[in-house]
Amino acid sequence: MLMVHCPVCGAEGDETDFHGGGQAHVRRPATHDPATVSDHDQRDYLFIRHNAKGLHFERWRCDRGCGKWFHAARDTVTMEFKAFYGITELPPRALMDAATGEWATYFRDRLKADTAS
Amino acid sequence: MSNKPYRLSRGGTHIDRTKKVQFSFDGKSLTGFAGDTLASAVMANGQKLFGRSFKYHRPRGLVGLGSEEMNALIGVGEGVRHEPNLRATQVEVFDGLHAVSQNRWPSLAFDIGAINSKFARFLPGGFYYKTFMWPQSFWKHIYEPIIRKAAGLGRAADGRDPDSYEHVHLHCDVMVIGGGLAGLTAAKAAAALGAKVVLADENPTLGGIGDLTAGSIDGACVIDHARAIGAELLAAENVHVMTRSTVVGHFHHNYLMIFERVGDHDPALLADGAPRHRLWKVRAKQVILATGAIERPIAFANNDRPGIMLASAASAMVERYGVAPGVNGIVFTNNDNAYLTALSLKKAGINVRVVDSRSRSDGTLVERAKSEGIEVSMGSVISAVEGNLGVTAVKIAAYRKGQGRVITERKVACDFVAMSGGFNPALHIWCHNAGKIKFDDALQSFRPDRHADGMIAVGAANGNMDVSGTIAEAVAAGETAAKAVLPKAKFSKFKAPDVKEPTRAPLESLWFAPATGNYNEGNKHFIDFQNDVTAADLELAQREGYESVEHTKRYTTFGMATDQGKTSNLNGLGVLAEATGKSIPEIGVTTFRPPYTPFSFGSIAGVMTNKLFLPIRRTSVYQWHVDKGATFEPIGQWRRTYTYTAAGEDKQGSITREILAVRHKVGLLDASTLGKIEIKGPDAAEFLDRMYTNMFSTLKVGKCRYGLMMNELGFLTDDGVTVRLADDHFLMHTTSGGADRIAAWLEEWLQTEWTHYKVFVTPVTEQWAQFAIAGPRARNVLAKLDPDFDISHEAFPHMSFKEGKLGGYPVRVYRISFSGEQSYEVATPSNMGRGLWNAIIEAGTELGIEAYGTEALHVLRAEKGFIVIGDETDGTTTPIDVGMDGLVSKKKTDFIGKRSLEQSYLKGPNRKQLVGLLTEEPTDVLPDGAYAVRVVKDKPPMEMIGQVTSSYHSPTLERSIAMALIENGRERMGETLSFPLEGGKVMRAKIVDPVFYDKEGARQNV
Repeated sequence: MLMVHCPVCGAEGDETDFHGGGQAHVRRPATHDPATVSDHDQRDYLFIRHNAKGLHFERWRCDRGCGKWFHAARDTVTMEFKAFYGITELPPRALMDAATGEWATYFRDRLKADTAS
Repeated sequence: MSNKPYRLSRGGTHIDRTKKVQFSFDGKSLTGFAGDTLASAVMANGQKLFGRSFKYHRPRGLVGLGSEEMNALIGVGEGVRHEPNLRATQVEVFDGLHAVSQNRWPSLAFDIGAINSKFARFLPGGFYYKTFMWPQSFWKHIYEPIIRKAAGLGRAADGRDPDSYEHVHLHCDVMVIGGGLAGLTAAKAAAALGAKVVLADENPTLGGIGDLTAGSIDGACVIDHARAIGAELLAAENVHVMTRSTVVGHFHHNYLMIFERVGDHDPALLADGAPRHRLWKVRAKQVILATGAIERPIAFANNDRPGIMLASAASAMVERYGVAPGVNGIVFTNNDNAYLTALSLKKAGINVRVVDSRSRSDGTLVERAKSEGIEVSMGSVISAVEGNLGVTAVKIAAYRKGQGRVITERKVACDFVAMSGGFNPALHIWCHNAGKIKFDDALQSFRPDRHADGMIAVGAANGNMDVSGTIAEAVAAGETAAKAVLPKAKFSKFKAPDVKEPTRAPLESLWFAPATGNYNEGNKHFIDFQNDVTAADLELAQREGYESVEHTKRYTTFGMATDQGKTSNLNGLGVLAEATGKSIPEIGVTTFRPPYTPFSFGSIAGVMTNKLFLPIRRTSVYQWHVDKGATFEPIGQWRRTYTYTAAGEDKQGSITREILAVRHKVGLLDASTLGKIEIKGPDAAEFLDRMYTNMFSTLKVGKCRYGLMMNELGFLTDDGVTVRLADDHFLMHTTSGGADRIAAWLEEWLQTEWTHYKVFVTPVTEQWAQFAIAGPRARNVLAKLDPDFDISHEAFPHMSFKEGKLGGYPVRVYRISFSGEQSYEVATPSNMGRGLWNAIIEAGTELGIEAYGTEALHVLRAEKGFIVIGDETDGTTTPIDVGMDGLVSKKKTDFIGKRSLEQSYLKGPNRKQLVGLLTEEPTDVLPDGAYAVRVVKDKPPMEMIGQVTSSYHSPTLERSIAMALIENGRERMGETLSFPLEGGKVMRAKIVDPVFYDKEGARQNV
């Protein structure tokens, strides 16, 4: 029974007071350019998830509290939460550097876009 | 078995000889003392036989000291209070206790199932997989019923449990598991630093096995020292001490479950209304594991005969309960500790000798035993046991480590054996949540290594078997745990107490004692007593290629019984190690799973039974429905009227009456449960365009539109009518069951994908009572309620919305129809719901208004071919499948599920499509879910091409109608399909358009 902390309202409680929302930072291709989404991209978006051993970025909802979605970074081996952060936010820099798979690409792209703007 | 009482004339620290208790065991009335366990009280009466084993029905006696007991499982209590499979060692006796043995028929001493024992040769490891493979049909009718009857544990009680149960939630700084010397010392140290401490122990009293431990602390014996700390803790403000409380599980982030047996031991407490059990859910910042160690049996031939027990259990019988396990015993050991048992027995006047597999030992206890005249045979093992229902003699053979065969042996008469193969730290709770363990050569067992949660193991649980080491370790652990929570706390200056304890020579592992006769042949060296797994079974599994210990476990069922391998696990690994020539760490360990000991379903349910099981939601008109004879059906947590049966009417009759009232006069439906969500904000219209398959930004203010909702996979999840109340304000209707889910769904997209939208989503289902007035006279009812409300077809056409007053009540009126009739849904604030309902009934009475329920509603909509999400859709159904292509926007570039609808697998041929069905025989009503097959055959399997989704008798059409999802259904119009039913009947039905009545929709549009 994980102990979860909501970064929006500050509630802290058992995971059953929250709702786990799966992998975080998954890009929805149709939001950005619906005309050019390939079958392959759509399949990846729907079904392919990064089953990381170790650092995992995920979504949670403060179900019995403020009702807001937020992000968490968790170690899937030790179950330790490394950070909780807002739904539109990026994790702390050190965690982004340690990210694997498509998360690493996502964070790199987001940071690049932020610098550009 | 002797009938001679075994109660000693002296001794017994746990019993009160001034208080006698009467109890019954298998119908026989017996006497014990207050403080006895069922195990000690029955043994005191000379009975050693407690049960029959699971597979071979072998007679079994007591083995253990506490929760590790695997043989003496008994049923306690009568009638609805009967509880099976309790360990006799943990059941405290009281006046009137009623206990029965299990798994025997007709009686414990004579059991028919014991014939299994004669066929043991045909029941080797994995026999389930070998013997009962074929023919397949035998499983259902022959093998399974017989196995179920012959095997198994106790029977559950019949009837409703009369007792109450509770859940308690608790937070603490430091949770100490185990109230022996280690746990008490650690708790005291943590509490002294100011931590909020909880200490739980499964026994009725604190002190653990301090009373069975040699040595002294500052001049006091170990148990007195421990109990003094216990008294301090009980008095301390910041310590919560729990007894009869077993920590049954440890979960992520130091979440623990404690099973407290509040009233089991005292019927007076239950009579006073105390809960029988409590389940504590504890969140601890730090955990100290002080669960002690469990003694290992030794695998020797017929080591399961009644009268063969663990040395610690024999000590406890004598020291705690003043009960002699027999008159002439043998202590069989591979370590020094069991000599303490020999000394105990000797002191109680019981004849005892020691058989030690080691060639030598110079430990203090060994020397003392010898000096007290106890006969010690070093370099020896027990090679045979004689006796069936009890031990009559054993054979003692000379032994050198690793020896596989008996060379010389001699017979010695005895009536019990106390065995000790060493101790295993009780690591279960350490391992429940992935704690790592390591093998310790000195212990020949596993001990704790690392844990990701804040958990520290101390004392015997950490493999620390001496008193002085345990105290130092426990103080350090208590302070470390406290300091982790209270960083400002200061470590004390630890001053070691003056501890006197025996020195011990090392133990020598003994995983298998050679037996009389050929190697292993015909002898049962039990490893897992409860599941009847022998050393030979494990070796067989090895020879058959089960290399992984996890596979061996499942194949032989070793370690899988209710004791979860407490005594068997390591012995099994030892046998496998010797069979393979590998070391135990190379063999690996199997997983320890919660619970540590079984706990009651009652405690899991807590107070959440009967009326508290699930909250019930009722509409504002609920009582009216009850008064009118409504039958209710659950829709989520709501209770909706299924139909209103009048006197002299059956349900089919009332449903028909309700339907015909709507078709010919006017009907009234309580639709308050319909999901209602208000969506407001400058981006509301665009947001709805994303959520629905069809367009809502083009909807005019004051108009209604039916919408379809998909998930991202392109499958239908909800539908309903949405109304535009204002330019930036919509009211969405969802299915009754989908209200909460859809509100959460909208929020999720708003918060996580289109975060820049300025939109509020507010569920308002409970705020509004809503009633459908439907039928050709619906408008007349409204006119009677308020002549000023303009309800002409021109001013208020189908699919539009008006606000105003009806019968004096403020209302929102939506002209929408789920019945195909002229229909108005009238909503008013919930607290006025009953008033408006009464007003409508009053106004409608002379027009023949009748209230109708959900079944009439469903038939009416099916006659019109309207779908119900969850009936016509099953989670893999697209809008195209149900023929609603027209509602899937081609103009919008993106909405939820759009891109997935274009994936090849949803566009491909052979999709199941929604069609109507008319049976050849109009009185035949197809069963819901009936399968259409391509070709009817004598028996299954037959190729299935679709299924019935809704099926009713239609009173309007005076025949049956059905809807179905059929492969390429729309191309098959006019085709007749076959539906084979159970019992061989085949119904035939023609594929037709799913709209059966008023195809052009004229009736709702007048």
